[in-house]
Amino acid sequence: MTRFLPYTASTLSHEVNWLYLGLLIIAFCVLLLVVGMMATFCVRYRRASATVRGGPVKSFRFEIAWTSATFLGFIGLFFWGAFVYLDARTPPRDAVPIYVLGKQWMWKVEHPGGQSEINTLHVPIGRPIRLVLASQDVIHDFFVPAFRVKYDVVPGRYEDLWFEAITVGRYPFFCSQLCGTFHADMRGWVVTMEPADFAKWLAAQGPSESLALQGKALFHQYGCSGCHEPRSTIHAPLLAGLYGRPVALQGGGFIIADEAYIRDQILMNKHIPAGYPPKMPHFAGHISEEDVLKLIAYIKSLASAPGSAR
Amino acid sequence: MTVPALPELTPVPELAPVTAVENYLTDDMSLRSWLFTLDHKRIGILFIITLTLFFFIGGAAAALIRIDLIDPAGLAPPALYNRMFTAHGILMVWFFLLPIIPAGLGNFVLPLMIGAHDVAFPRLNLMSWYILAISGGLAFAAIFIGGLDTGWTFYEPFTADFTNGHVIMALAAVFLSGFSSISTGLNFIVTTHRLRAPGMTWYRLPVFVWTIYATSVIFVLATPVLAATLLMSAVQRFLHVGVFDPALGGDPILFQHLFWFYSHPAVYIMILPGMGVVSELIPCFARKPLFGYEFVVWSSIGLAIIGFLVWGHHMFVAGISVYSALVFSMMSFFVAVPSAIKVFNWTATLHDGWISFDAPMLYALGFVILFTIGGLTGLFVATLGFDEYVHDTYFVIAHFHYIMVGGMVSAFFGGLHYWWPKMTGRLYNEWWARIAALLIFFGFNLTFFPQFILGYLGMPRRLYAYPPEWQFWNVLSSAGAAVLAVAYALPLFYLGWSLFRGERAGPNPWGATGLEWQTPSPPPKHNFETTPIVTRGPYQYTPEPIPQNA
Amino acid sequence: MAETSSAPEPEIQYASLAHQGETAEIGIWAFLSTEILFFGGMFLVYALYRQAFPIGFAEGSKDTKFIIGTVNLFILLTSSFTMAWAVELAGTEARRALTVLLLVTAALGLIFIGLKGFEYYEDVWIDHDFPGIIFPMSKPDARANELFWLLYWMLTGLHAVHLSIGVGLVLTFAHRAWRGAYIRYGKPIEILGYYWTFVDLMWVVLWTLIYLPGRNI
Ligand code: HEA
Ligand code: HEA
Ligand code: HEC
Ligand code: CUA
Ligand SMILES: [Cu+2]
Repeated sequence: MTRFLPYTASTLSHEVNWLYLGLLIIAFCVLLLVVGMMATFCVRYRRASATVRGGPVKSFRFEIAWTSATFLGFIGLFFWGAFVYLDARTPPRDAVPIYVLGKQWMWKVEHPGGQSEINTLHVPIGRPIRLVLASQDVIHDFFVPAFRVKYDVVPGRYEDLWFEAITVGRYPFFCSQLCGTFHADMRGWVVTMEPADFAKWLAAQGPSESLALQGKALFHQYGCSGCHEPRSTIHAPLLAGLYGRPVALQGGGFIIADEAYIRDQILMNKHIPAGYPPKMPHFAGHISEEDVLKLIAYIKSLASAPGSAR
Repeated sequence: MTVPALPELTPVPELAPVTAVENYLTDDMSLRSWLFTLDHKRIGILFIITLTLFFFIGGAAAALIRIDLIDPAGLAPPALYNRMFTAHGILMVWFFLLPIIPAGLGNFVLPLMIGAHDVAFPRLNLMSWYILAISGGLAFAAIFIGGLDTGWTFYEPFTADFTNGHVIMALAAVFLSGFSSISTGLNFIVTTHRLRAPGMTWYRLPVFVWTIYATSVIFVLATPVLAATLLMSAVQRFLHVGVFDPALGGDPILFQHLFWFYSHPAVYIMILPGMGVVSELIPCFARKPLFGYEFVVWSSIGLAIIGFLVWGHHMFVAGISVYSALVFSMMSFFVAVPSAIKVFNWTATLHDGWISFDAPMLYALGFVILFTIGGLTGLFVATLGFDEYVHDTYFVIAHFHYIMVGGMVSAFFGGLHYWWPKMTGRLYNEWWARIAALLIFFGFNLTFFPQFILGYLGMPRRLYAYPPEWQFWNVLSSAGAAVLAVAYALPLFYLGWSLFRGERAGPNPWGATGLEWQTPSPPPKHNFETTPIVTRGPYQYTPEPIPQNA
Repeated sequence: MAETSSAPEPEIQYASLAHQGETAEIGIWAFLSTEILFFGGMFLVYALYRQAFPIGFAEGSKDTKFIIGTVNLFILLTSSFTMAWAVELAGTEARRALTVLLLVTAALGLIFIGLKGFEYYEDVWIDHDFPGIIFPMSKPDARANELFWLLYWMLTGLHAVHLSIGVGLVLTFAHRAWRGAYIRYGKPIEILGYYWTFVDLMWVVLWTLIYLPGRNI
């Protein structure tokens, strides 16, 4: 990090730096043009100067010229920005999910293997990582300047962001959306590591059950299994193989069963899958966001279970 | 489009050399006559005084912000800091910058400019001032007694459930102030439509009138949406029902959509009148007609219209879909085109001029430069891939201060100096006025340029404490704020002094065209002894002003 | 009374009384556009949530008092008719008829408010449909249902405020009409008519939003 530039620690960082440079150059040229013309005119045509003034100038041609020039410039900028944004907003398919939960005023991170940390995030370099963002209370915003990524963490839904770190180091992250008195203290560190070191670090976190296993326990504890097991008497869908598939809805239409879908299903039974009675209770207020994340991890782990034909 | 055919130049008629003895100020000097006045000129002055007071309170809050940020650990406790930027944002936006040029300067000069004897609804005009003063007091109380810490944006669900401040009172204050905005806007729309002097066709209107007209349209169409939104916010907090609170089934993003549907058009309320003022000043001091009059006029109207279609650019990383982000980004580039047209036309006006650098002109030139920087960085943040990084950082703070403070506040000062002789009948000290203008320009850049760098370094806004690496730029910024504070206080002194000791001004000290200069300074109670008849277009400047005994 | 029946002087900023009248007309249109956007903001919220929670909104609407709402609809429509008639008579010598029509309009408005008050009473004390404070959470899809009721209270409440202001204005104007103020210059009555009709129209919209969803008629 220098006095003028932040760390450049992810693949996106370079793209954003180039965009910044491009914008700066354009802005500088425009500014030079405008201020340069103003200064020249102010000197040449100051009241005391004897410069000969020409007759009136036809304005129409100038108007058309500068309007269309700016317009074209703008279109170019729009596309450049759009490409970087689309890149930043589309995680690669193989990105590893890590769950990040914001609450006043701390961040809790859950790795798929069940390791959890607070106000720190360990990630391997050279691998796309997808953060699944959830909030327990108000809107927060997860912001890692060195990676040039940020996204609001909105209660009541999941958002995500992804990055691929490229250098080993320790970079600060912040909460970038006003969330109350200690908003400024809601920050921490991203630690990037060589994949091998990362694996060691994960292993060193002590014996911990994977998120999916913890979720399995909760699945029984909250009584989900009472309905969602094959031997149950209630006609409820089996959840194996659900994740990532399109679900046919009652009343027509499909929806992809992603994390947000499963979450809404658990907390407020938002959609009714075709062919099932709307019997599932609402769990909002009974299951914390953290446990929901675990249940989702469990349901996702069922994806590859044998005999999961739906 | 061509310039409408104009009758040949007729010199501005010579007017009585001495200040009229009977004028709107001397008509009745009692306090009562001011508090119950229906005269648009007096109401304009009431607005200017009240709003300037709020500006200094908001400025004092800014001073505390900058003092806190000198030290990376933060000098103020976090709760206090959060209240300060909330106070600063709310007071500056709703109780200073939105109304200052339309309701303050505009009230004074707009009827004069179109040759009217008053605005269409004088009682509504006075009511507007009372509402603003009362709601300003209420906001002040809510913020300073009630400890409001929501930021000026009132994001949900924080506002609904997670703050202890007097939120409902603050919402009520802003809600009320909306009535003032609407009344003023409505009054100006109607006045411009119906009260123009004979011969004052639309294309003979000064650009200032056009921009106030465009502003008024936004006032009337956008403010009610904010009112409805704030009302729902207040009710949900009061009754604990989830309109925007996800825990109770509401949608917090919907609040943002509604808020910005108002607040983006509102930022054009905070720049259009400034553009109008500058369009008066530059031709006057360059002694040349405004270049591309119709383009400036129609770009103002275009700005007001397209301004309604870009609100989503405040929400690029707030959870809207990628497709809507693309559309809003595209629209944001389109909305910049009218501003570009204006910048180029102002610059072209200077060409072949006879430029003098009186204080109002210094402010106008400062406006063009600072507005251009602010606007260009507006394009930065409208660029999706870039905003995804700098959203809610100091880059955004710097962007809008360049436009609102560097642009609009400069325009207000420029206009205030320009029309000061008309309002008071006195001339201020030109030398001091130029010093202040230059000092404001310098202090402003020192304060806010470092914030662009901080923004790209990744400093989020609304932080009372920050990592020490960023201290250098923050200290520079705070130093700039100190300069700015002095610079803004200066006019108080020399303008105040001129009220009592200033040289008497003639009716037209700048040799300006425009009807407001054809009546004595200060104007008589009903503006014109006889209704003026307009025979020519605006800005018919000639190299030498028609001699004046100013 | 004879002396007040001469046409009033225009205010200083107007060239003539006709000029003043036309100006006021633009004023009321600008005002109504503000009003439409004010209600529009809430209609938008209503539309989005009704789209999101169709069942809760339908359930909520079933508990509204359809009969009262519909009777009120006809009362307001009638009042608009009397108002329009009054506008026709303004500016003529028919001072007495004008006053009577205005009084009938105000009376209809008052009946509306009375019925609405009775409806509110039933909503609160009999059905406990007041969101946040006493709302029965046992209702089907209670949260969305509550949201419906919140919008119900806000929209009808604001409408009632508008109508009460309208009644106050109509009564004031009736008093002046009786004194002969509108014999030469009827424009103020016309402006009042715009406002009254607008409030009436808002009720037509509200009626469809509030009483109809979830009902099979
Ligand atoms: C008076 C107020 C004002 C004005 C006029 C503007 C004008 C513009 N604003 Fe700004 N803006 C604000 C006040 C204002 N803004 C505020 C207060 C916020 C933050 C609110 C908050 O979160 O608290 C904000 C935030 C803001 C954002 C959100 C940033 C974020 O939170 O992440 C965006 C994003 O698109 C944006 C864009 C623009 C654009 C494109 C313009 C354009 O209209 C600018 C057009 C002008 C020019 C472009 C300059 C002149 C042009 C030329 C000389 C032409 C030549 C140029 C080229 C060929 C490149 N603004
Ligand atoms: C609309 C107009 C407006 C104006 C005129 C200003 C003027 C100034 N603003 Fe403000 N600002 C906003 C609108 C405005 N601002 C908004 C909308 C926000 C966002 C709020 C939010 O996040 O919710 C903001 C936020 C904001 C921040 C970010 C806070 C944060 O996010 O943590 C900062 C930080 O530097 C700042 C600084 C300043 C400064 C130094 C001035 C200076 O120009 C002020 C100069 C004036 C004076 C200093 C007063 C005059 C002098 C005296 C009274 C003498 C006495 C003074 C001293 C002893 C120092 N502003
Ligand atoms: C009383 C029985 C019952 C219980 C207990 C229950 N469910 Fe369900 N669940 C259902 C029924 C019935 C459906 C299908 C209809 C519906 O959505 O209401 C369903 C649907 C689902 C779906 C959507 C499946 C699809 O195919 O789209 C998910 C995911 C789910 N449940 C998860 C859970 C979890 C996790 C728990 C425990 C916290 C749980 N359920 C507890 C009855 C139940
Ligand atoms: Cu969490 Cu700010
Ligand atoms: Cu905007």
